[in-house]
Amino acid sequence: MNPQTILVYDGSFDGFLCCIFMTYDEKITTPIIRKEYESNNQLFTISEKVVTEKNKAHRVWKGFKLKTTYHEQQNFFKVFLSEIKGVENTLLNYTRIIFSRTTNTTTDFSTKDILTISQVAKMVGREKHRMEAFVRFQLTSDTIYTATIEPDFNVLPLIMPHFKDRYADQKWIIYDIKRGYGIYYNLKTVEIVDINFFSRKKSKIPSELLSHTEKEFQNLWNIYYSNVTIPSRKNNKLHKQHLPKRYWKYLTEKNNIV
Amino acid sequence: MPFDKIQKKLSILADAAKYDVSCSSSGGKRNNTKKGLGNNTGFGICHSYTEDGRCVSLLKILLTNHCIYDCAYCVTRKSNDIKRAAFKIQEVVDLTINFYRRNYIEGLFLSSGIFKNSDFTMERLIAVAKKLRLEENFNGYIHLKSIPGASNELMREAGLYADRLSVNIEIPTKSGLKLLAPDKKHEDFIKPMEKVKNEIIQYKKESKIIKNTPKYAPAGQSTQMIIGATGESDRDIMYSATYYYKKFNMRRVYYSGYIPVLEDNRLPALGTEVPILRENRLYQTDWLLRFYGFSVNEILNDSHKNLDLDIDPKLSWALRNLDLFPIDINRADKRMLARIPGIGMQSVSKILQARTFRKLDWTHLKAIGIALNRAQYFITCNSRNFHKSDLTPYQLKSKILKTSTSKYQKFFNQQLSLFS
Repeated sequence: MNPQTILVYDGSFDGFLCCIFMTYDEKITTPIIRKEYESNNQLFTISEKVVTEKNKAHRVWKGFKLKTTYHEQQNFFKVFLSEIKGVENTLLNYTRIIFSRTTNTTTDFSTKDILTISQVAKMVGREKHRMEAFVRFQLTSDTIYTATIEPDFNVLPLIMPHFKDRYADQKWIIYDIKRGYGIYYNLKTVEIVDINFFSRKKSKIPSELLSHTEKEFQNLWNIYYSNVTIPSRKNNKLHKQHLPKRYWKYLTEKNNIV
Repeated sequence: MPFDKIQKKLSILADAAKYDVSCSSSGGKRNNTKKGLGNNTGFGICHSYTEDGRCVSLLKILLTNHCIYDCAYCVTRKSNDIKRAAFKIQEVVDLTINFYRRNYIEGLFLSSGIFKNSDFTMERLIAVAKKLRLEENFNGYIHLKSIPGASNELMREAGLYADRLSVNIEIPTKSGLKLLAPDKKHEDFIKPMEKVKNEIIQYKKESKIIKNTPKYAPAGQSTQMIIGATGESDRDIMYSATYYYKKFNMRRVYYSGYIPVLEDNRLPALGTEVPILRENRLYQTDWLLRFYGFSVNEILNDSHKNLDLDIDPKLSWALRNLDLFPIDINRADKRMLARIPGIGMQSVSKILQARTFRKLDWTHLKAIGIALNRAQYFITCNSRNFHKSDLTPYQLKSKILKTSTSKYQKFFNQQLSLFS
């Protein structure tokens, strides 16, 4: 029996593309691809570390782009960002189907991997839309609108253009507590930032760092929110269906300060 | 900002505005140019949801709840003894901007009680929108109420700053209006609608020739009707809705179940339950008219004045027209597919795509996601098993009802009528 190969990469998209490059380069038939920080508890395997190289990643992506539509590329990236365990292997199978297909045939959803890709992409897309809705900025004393979030999937790269276009005239930070990084808009470009201040235990912005009118506006928003409900139409099930409880932690209107 | 004063105003004026159902923020497309605030992509976002399950996407407030009218159905009517308040123009602007910057809202929905006269009120509403657009460089969504009786010049100006304009006609029938709002005239509602409709057509025509024609109310017009305040039938409601869709190119007509807020002998008593199910059936009918190719007299007519509450309007129509069924899924055209109970427009397009590859059978239809519990009695497909329908409409209806569950079950009349 041949021992199975495990390809270990750094967790970046480029790193993953290099894994694909390697499977073709070294003709590895059934590898397992996993991130560095995921635990390995498999016996009789060979682990191989994949070094991320920009030009290799670029070659794979260029080839992928030739064979796919914009929508398929988007979905591919979205599925990668889902970070579901083992998703890399589904993506690898998908890539193989793509690279081996001769014509741009209509997508055949009876193939399992293709169906999974479109389903997971939909899940990630939904989370992206939720984050565009549920981010709540708080103005800090150094005039940066700051928000902390804990999305189910790694959607920061997807929501970045939306916020950049919308809030073009204010500085803002959206920080992903779960994944420990954030995006910061400095009125010109968006950059990735690491803020040691935040952690899983310290996920909220302390009130002494907020601008002096911030609490007043939060208060006004809470007043507004509680006044638009029509009590005689109350429907808690529907409410929670639209606004699942796991998002309440960072919603101003669900953390009444009054 | 004097925050404590604004808090009081906000609680009064948000509370009074909540009975307006419209909260859509889609359809207005404004790109953020010159690094302003806000970028409207044309897709709405619901930023939060109230405990009654409605979406919160706009800051929906009244400019004031002072009003010279005395309409029986309205909380802010003149004779009602409630707290009154009024925002200053700058206060509304500041609230909108500060809420928008914190990603609470998509924009502003500004309505108002009528003080002094129609034009005076409309001018104030426009002033808010103008200030937001020109001084604050705001590209978010703005929905303004057209005040009944406002002049043509003002309506023309309003559309230049607002994304959507709406007049709530509130009472679907003229006789009802006379009864409940004796000081308001039907023509006053129609006038601003007519003007806005014509302007939209005009601006669209011009923008085809001149590229930089300013946008005029890109998200169109909408209106709202109260359901169950006067004794109108579903037929009356849907006929007037159709009239507004056709005559004024309405984007939406909203139906709002009457919520008893006042004691008045012309209206349902306080504590009467909100007709949520009836409202739902009306919306279903509205969809059938707008997307499924039904015409209103097929669903509601002289012999069928009200919608059935226990089954949806399409099923009800199908039961009255059993001679048209069964329909062959693999042959029928789009128009007929859309008329099968249990098949929505998404399933219709999936069926049309899928049947180019192979003949569809029951398993395919199930995978596509159609509601077979209703559809199975009305279709044939690539299978020899199908319902040989020798059931009467009444038998078929009770058979379907037995196998389906509804979240509205508690509203249904348990006893079925003898002679239907």
